[in-house]
Amino acid sequence: MRVNGVTEKVDLSPQVSLLDALRGELGLTGTKKGCDQGACGACTVLVDGERINSCLALAVQYDDRDITTVEGLADGGEAHPLQRAFIRNDGLQCGYCTSGQLCSAVGMLSEHAAGAPSAVTEHLCDTDVVLSDDEIRERMSGNLCRCGAYNGIVASIREVAAP
Amino acid sequence: MTQVQNPPVVGTTSTGKYVGRAIDRVDGAVKTDGSATFAAEVPYANLAHAVLVHSTVSRGRITAIDTTAATALDGVISVITHENAVPMRPPAKVSPVDIDSMAPGTMVNYLNTDEVSWNGQPIAVVVAETLHAAHEAASLVRATYDVQPSTVDFKAEAPNAEPQPSSLILPSGGSKGDAEAALAAAPVSVDLRFTTPMHHHNAIEPHATTAAWDGDRLTVHDASQSVVWIRKHLAHKFSVPAEGIRVIAPFVGGGFGGKANVWAGTILTVLAARMTGRPVRMLLTREGVYRTVGGRTPTIQRVALGARPDGHLTSLIHTSVSQLGRVGGMAEPVTSQSSHLYAADNILLKQDVVKLDQIANTSMRAPGEAIGTYAIEVAIDELASELGMDPIALRMRNEPETDPMHGRKFSHRMLREAYARGAERFGWADRAPVPGATRDGRWLVGTGVATAYHPSFQLRANVTVRVSVDGGVLVRCGFQEMGMGGATAQAQIAADALGVPFESVRVEYGDTALPLAPMAGGSAQTASVATSLLAACEKLKKSVLELAGKSPESPLRGARLADLSARDGGLFHGGSGETYASILARAGVPSVDEAIGSETKLGNLVGNVKFMSKFMMDRRRWVKAACGAQFCEVRVDVDTGEVRVSRWLGVFDVGTVINAKTATSQLRGGIVMGIGAALSEESLVDPRSGRIMNPSLAEYHLPVHADVPTIDVEYLDVPDPTMPLGLLGIGEVSITGVAGAIANAVHHATGKRVRDLPITLDKLL
Repeated sequence: MRVNGVTEKVDLSPQVSLLDALRGELGLTGTKKGCDQGACGACTVLVDGERINSCLALAVQYDDRDITTVEGLADGGEAHPLQRAFIRNDGLQCGYCTSGQLCSAVGMLSEHAAGAPSAVTEHLCDTDVVLSDDEIRERMSGNLCRCGAYNGIVASIREVAAP
Repeated sequence: MTQVQNPPVVGTTSTGKYVGRAIDRVDGAVKTDGSATFAAEVPYANLAHAVLVHSTVSRGRITAIDTTAATALDGVISVITHENAVPMRPPAKVSPVDIDSMAPGTMVNYLNTDEVSWNGQPIAVVVAETLHAAHEAASLVRATYDVQPSTVDFKAEAPNAEPQPSSLILPSGGSKGDAEAALAAAPVSVDLRFTTPMHHHNAIEPHATTAAWDGDRLTVHDASQSVVWIRKHLAHKFSVPAEGIRVIAPFVGGGFGGKANVWAGTILTVLAARMTGRPVRMLLTREGVYRTVGGRTPTIQRVALGARPDGHLTSLIHTSVSQLGRVGGMAEPVTSQSSHLYAADNILLKQDVVKLDQIANTSMRAPGEAIGTYAIEVAIDELASELGMDPIALRMRNEPETDPMHGRKFSHRMLREAYARGAERFGWADRAPVPGATRDGRWLVGTGVATAYHPSFQLRANVTVRVSVDGGVLVRCGFQEMGMGGATAQAQIAADALGVPFESVRVEYGDTALPLAPMAGGSAQTASVATSLLAACEKLKKSVLELAGKSPESPLRGARLADLSARDGGLFHGGSGETYASILARAGVPSVDEAIGSETKLGNLVGNVKFMSKFMMDRRRWVKAACGAQFCEVRVDVDTGEVRVSRWLGVFDVGTVINAKTATSQLRGGIVMGIGAALSEESLVDPRSGRIMNPSLAEYHLPVHADVPTIDVEYLDVPDPTMPLGLLGIGEVSITGVAGAIANAVHHATGKRVRDLPITLDKLL
C-alpha cells in the first residue's frame, strides 16, 4: 500500500476495510472510526486526490493507489493551510471528526476547482461556481461534527479557498 | 441565505492579561495533524480485540447460550458469558451524600447474571486476535431465553407514573400558593401538553476502552468524562485497591453526558483483559453505543399559565413525566428552570417517573433544562399570543427581582440586559406582530425567541502548581477534556494569577495519577478547577516570597504579598522586584510546589464533608445560573413543510468568559445540538420489543453543515460576584431555549403550533 508517499507491505484478509488497515495494520490512527457505516465521514481519506469514506472501502482494492491521510496533509514540516486555518478559526473541539473534515475539505476544494457542481448549484452546467458558504456547507455535509464546530470549519475553508 | 463573515465576538474581559482573550486552543496542533491519541489508539504489544454480543429480548432469563461456533472460529481467544465469567461485585447503591456513587450507569452485574433487563443488554463478550475475528464470532453466539412480560412503551405507561423522589442534587418540584385555583380564576390562560422524544448523545467517538492488567494493577485508557469514577467503580467491581488502577483519558471524542457514567463496554473490556491475561481493546460499534449507553429520557409535559390582561402571571404550572430504567437511571429535573424564570403569584412544579424495561437513561447536555425550556418557553409564547402581547414584553413583565419560588437572592441576573441587547441586534422591533405575514418566494419566514437558563455550581477539585527555576509553570489536575478547551482556559487563569507568559504554563489533565478532579458535568468543571487553581497560585506566591525573604540580596526581602503584583514572571512592587526564576536560582532549588486538597483517604473525606456543607450553605443563600436570550429566524417551505434555520443570535449572561474563542465555540455547539433536538433528533423505540429501531447515524439525524447557519453569539461579560473570577459555566446553557425559539419561529412563520418534538415536516402539512 502507498500511504502518504510511503510504500508498506501488509498481509490482509480480503474483507478488511481500508479504515481498519490504516488504523490497525499501519498504525495510522489519525483516521477515525465514528460509525463504520459511511454515515459520519470521520474516516474520510484521499485516494489519488479524491475523498472517500475509508470504512466503506476494501483495503485490497487500493493497493496501487495513492492514499493520503491526515498524517500526510502537511508538506514536510509545514502544516497544510487548512490545518492552520482550523486552529485559528477554532474549527474543532473534541478533535475526533477533525481528520475527516480536513481530508474532506481538501478533496472538496479540488472537486470545486475541477468545476463539479453541488446540489445547491443553480446551473448544473456552470463550471465557475462561486464557493459561497451555502456551497461549502452543502459540499461538506457528509462530515458530521457533534460538538457543533461547523461555523469555524466553514470559516476555515472559506479562508483557504479565497485567501 | 447570504454569505456573511463570522460576526466578531463581542465582549472581551479585561480582568487579566490572558483571561478573556481569544487564544487558540493548546491542543489544536495535535488534533489537526492526527497525532492526538484517543482511547482505542494507544499501542500495546500482544493486543486482543473484544466485541459485545447483545440480548434480543427486553426481559427474561437466558436459558442457554451456545458459543461453540464462535469459540471454534480461527483467532478467537475466549467467549465470555454469564456461564464462565469470573465473579464481580454488583454495583453499590447510590448514596445521597456521595456524588461518586452515581458512577455506575445501571445496577446490572453484567455477565454475572442470567437475567436480561433490556433489549440490547450485553450477554457475552468475544475476545479475538483480530477485530474481524471478534466481530464474526460475536455474530455466531446464539442465546435462547425464557422471555418474561416487559413494560417498554413510555406513552402507554405514562398514566401510571409515580412521584419522583427528591434528592439533594436534583430538584423534583415544589409549590407556592394554589396554582390550580389561580389558573381556574385567571382571565387569560393556556393549558398545554408537550412531548419530547428519547435523544442520544452521539459523540462522534464511540465509547472505547483499552485495558491492561499487571497482577492486581490495572491501566485503563477510556473515552470518559470521569477518570475518577472509572477508577473507583472498577476497584469496587474487581475487588482490587483503587491505588493500583490508573485511568488515562487525555483526549475524549465528545461526551455530552454519555461518557459520564461507567457503562458496560468499560467494565467488560477490563473483565476480558483479566480473564485472558492480554491487553484488550474495545471500540463500541455505533449500534453498540445505543444498546449499552443510556440516552435522554422521553417526556410528556404539561405547562399551564394564568395571567391578568396586563400580562402579570397569576399561575404557573409545569409538570413532567419522564422514564427510568428498572435497573437504574437519572430522574431528569425537567421543571428545574420553571422555578426560577417567572415571578408568578402561584407556582406548581411536579415531576413524575415511570420505570420501564429499558436501559437506564442518563444525563445529556443540560438534563432537565434542555427539554424543559422547550415546553415553558413555547407556553409563554402561546400566552403572549392569547394576550396580544409581544413575547419579550410578556417575559419582561414577569421578570423576577428575587427567586420566585423561595424569595432567595439571585447572585447575579442579567436576563433583561440580554433581551434588550438581543432585540436591538436582531432587529426585533421590525417583526410583524401576526403570524404568517412574511413570505419570500416559496418560503414562509418567521422569527422567535426563548429564554436559556442553566444553574451554576462547583464541585471539589485538587490541584498542584509548580514553578521551576527555568520559569516554567506546571499545573496538574485530573480534570477531563472533551473539546471544551479546559487546558487552555486553566493555563490562561494560571498565567494571570502568577503573572507569567501563557506559553510558559503547561497543564496536565485526564489522568488518575494527577490530583483528583470531579467528573466533567453540570457546566461546573472550569469554575471547580479555577477555585483550587487560584488558591494554589496564592500559596505558591507566598512560598516563593518566603524563599526570597531568606536572602539578604533579594529586593523582595521584607515585602508583603498584598503589596506586590504578579507580573513579568515574578513578584514586583513598582519597578522593584524579582522573577520566580531568579529567586529559585539564588536559593538553589529546582522548583517550588503547592497543592490544594488532599489525596489521602482521610483528607478526601474531610474535603468532601467541607465541600458538601459549603455547597448546601451556598445553595440556601443564592440562586446562581447562566442565562440568555435566543433569537432565531426560520424559513418553512410552503408546500413541503421543510424547516430551515436561517439566522441565529444568542445573547448570554455567563459571567466572565475565560477564552473568547473556545467559549464562543462551546456556546455555538450547544445551539447546534438544540437545532437537532428541535428539528430532527429522535430515538425510536419499538413499543412491542423495547428495541431502539434507529441505532445509527444514518437514521438518527444529527444536524449537518447544511443545517447550521452562521451563529452569532454574544456574551454580556459581567462577572458573577459569587463565582471564581466571576465565571458561571458555559457547557450547557446554550442548548436550552433553542427548541422553544425554533418552535415559536415556526409558529410565527406558519401560524402552526408544534408541541411534539422534533418539528418534522409531517407535523406542518
